[in-house]
Amino acid sequence: MSHFITSPAPHVHSGDSVRRNMLLVILALLPAYVVSVIEFGYGALITAAVSVLACVGTEWLVSRYILNEQKQTIGDLSAVLTGLLLAFNLPSTIDWWIVVIGAVFAIAVAKMTYGGLGQNLFNPALAGRVFLLIAYPAQMTTWPLAKGFETSYVDAETGATPLAFLKQAVKDGQLVADKLPAIKDAFLGAMGGSLGEVCALALILGGLFLICTRVITWHIPVSILATVALWAAVTGWAGLLPADLTTANYVAYSLCTGGIMLGAFFMATDYVTSPMTAWGKIIFGIGIGIIVMVIRTWGAYPEGMSFAILIMNACVPLLNKLRPTRFGEKRK
Amino acid sequence: MKTFRIGGVHPHDNKQFSAHQPITECPLPKQAIIPLVQHIGAPAQAVVEVGAKVKVGELLAKAGGFVSANICSPVSGTVTKIGDWTDAWGAPGQAIFIDVQGDEWLPEIDRTPDLARQCTLDPKAIIDKIAAAGIVGLGGACFPTHVKLMPPPGKKAEVLIVNGVECEPYLTCDHQLMMEHGEEIIIGIQILMKALGVQRAIIGIENNKKDAIEHMQNLAQSKLGIEVLPLALKYPQGGEKQLIDACIGRQVPSGALPIETGAVVDNVATIFAVYEAVQKNKPLISRVMTVTGKNIAKPGNYLVRFGTPIDQVIEMAGGVPEDTGKLIGGGPMMGRAMDHTEHMPANKRLSGLLFLPEAESIRPEAENCIRCGKCVQACPMGLEPYLLQRMSELEMWDDVEKHNVMDCIDCGCCVFTCPAHRPLLDDIRKGKAKVGAILRERAAAAAAEKK
Repeated sequence: MSHFITSPAPHVHSGDSVRRNMLLVILALLPAYVVSVIEFGYGALITAAVSVLACVGTEWLVSRYILNEQKQTIGDLSAVLTGLLLAFNLPSTIDWWIVVIGAVFAIAVAKMTYGGLGQNLFNPALAGRVFLLIAYPAQMTTWPLAKGFETSYVDAETGATPLAFLKQAVKDGQLVADKLPAIKDAFLGAMGGSLGEVCALALILGGLFLICTRVITWHIPVSILATVALWAAVTGWAGLLPADLTTANYVAYSLCTGGIMLGAFFMATDYVTSPMTAWGKIIFGIGIGIIVMVIRTWGAYPEGMSFAILIMNACVPLLNKLRPTRFGEKRK
Repeated sequence: MKTFRIGGVHPHDNKQFSAHQPITECPLPKQAIIPLVQHIGAPAQAVVEVGAKVKVGELLAKAGGFVSANICSPVSGTVTKIGDWTDAWGAPGQAIFIDVQGDEWLPEIDRTPDLARQCTLDPKAIIDKIAAAGIVGLGGACFPTHVKLMPPPGKKAEVLIVNGVECEPYLTCDHQLMMEHGEEIIIGIQILMKALGVQRAIIGIENNKKDAIEHMQNLAQSKLGIEVLPLALKYPQGGEKQLIDACIGRQVPSGALPIETGAVVDNVATIFAVYEAVQKNKPLISRVMTVTGKNIAKPGNYLVRFGTPIDQVIEMAGGVPEDTGKLIGGGPMMGRAMDHTEHMPANKRLSGLLFLPEAESIRPEAENCIRCGKCVQACPMGLEPYLLQRMSELEMWDDVEKHNVMDCIDCGCCVFTCPAHRPLLDDIRKGKAKVGAILRERAAAAAAEKK
């Protein structure tokens, strides 16, 4: 009697895999990374390489020698992605050993202690970044100017990011127009900032690619961007901006600077640390938008995207109590 | 183009192997095995004895309850055994074994291919004839058709929805039946409209069968109240609840019967059987089965008498392909993987045989849930499969019940879509079985208290 293989239905699969999703996100980050290399030169290459190697190495060492796992998980590429995202959130001129410390914290503390991929509460790359921001505040807030390969790795010419000026504008009513980059430069990435956050255009293209390939849905990025834009517009309409900054320009700067695009498309959409349902995702995004603008307007830091996402990460278990609309449920 | 509103997935339809293959009759077997359970509900009760001579169409077993169905003989010959039998999945049951002699039919059965258009019977007589013929839903669920035609008191059917969706990948038997027997199906629809007292019928067909849409549109053109509705391709559109939503935009409430929306759904193959039973006096004794797969020699659509060993059907299609890993009874999304083919007959429940190559037969190892939410997006019932799976695994039955596990329709969209290859539905089925048992116990306790 011939026996066939048996297992419960269904017997076909979409072909999707964890690795494929991670790979597509890495691909979607590449345009922004190319711009970073053009803008920041060797620093962008060194920082990203160190970060990726340190993240993958840490995951391998932790699961091999601390958790004694039989099976390695580095093949799912999630550590590579964490490394790349961590690098995207660092200034390109930062010392390599600081990058290693951030990577070890991101993987060993923020990811593996919870049980590895899928179990962690906070976005590992952002946890690593915020750890560094607290441990090395000076190095983490010294931004190189965008001068391509003329930017030397360690002693680059540095300056404040546009966000610092924007805060002064809203808080103290200072005239800032001549200190801000042109809107076109802010959109294309010719300005100071973290390695991967500067080119809004490349990040939007990458984000659209992820939506089209169904790796992410529109809910989180759209709700973050809409909330930020609305907040900025209301600030302008309320007459809180200095004379040389129009409402439209303030909205544009708010969206194109300070990692909003990077956060909205790539950090907040991290599967593990974002809600499961459509409504959960929308509330999650609105929450991030509000927190980031509160920090930008009144907080001590010029930039609040990392904190906003981490705070909303902590709300995810609560947001997951929101049920999807059941079939046959009365719709309002 | 219309479709249902919640969830759904897009598997490759892979219908190219057997699509448009003309329906071919499978020769009679030497011995027929007739299981007494070929429907949802109580097993049928045998009314023949060992040694009895039977003709094609003669009643072998009568419905064993309100929700049950008659079984008529698909062959002529001598009953040699009535007793224990095990199906290809290892489930025990009872079957009638008949040694086939000749092919002698009951005289009242009209075997000519002539169309019989006129039906002068009243609704009650139509429903009685359908019940006598042992017709069940041939789309997969095998719910007795006559029961569906008698809505509970207070409920009234408004529209007949005809299921020509065939959303399971690979299967093409309904498609080919519409192409070859469209006129009979239209007459069957008119008969059912009369039986239900409805003025409107909608034939839902997915857009990957453009020729069937056009063909049925031409046939329905002059028929009052019958319309053909092309539907956007999405699985599980052939699910009763999803099809009602797609066709008339109403959703069956949780725990309620489809009649709550005013719709009665019947599959095209079922309706063809209704035509044959009412107009030709021919009970349900055969069906069209799709035998298909990437490497099978002669994939096609075969008209098979019930009781014919599937080995014989497989032989007609060129035998078991060498690299076969799985043999699936039905389609790849909801069909069941058979262990073996011995002593397994064609029956009302078996819509197809699908051979999957070994490389496609082994599930990849499950990884950690990455909480991507794709199962939530895919679930056509609006459930949270990741959560139900975990709760079932941890035996949190109260929570499983509160999260509407009983709404799960077993469609498999969650497992299909899961990038971490988690066995979501395996555990959810376990939860559903357990909660179902708890609900029955509770109902029994409440009934006992009332007394």
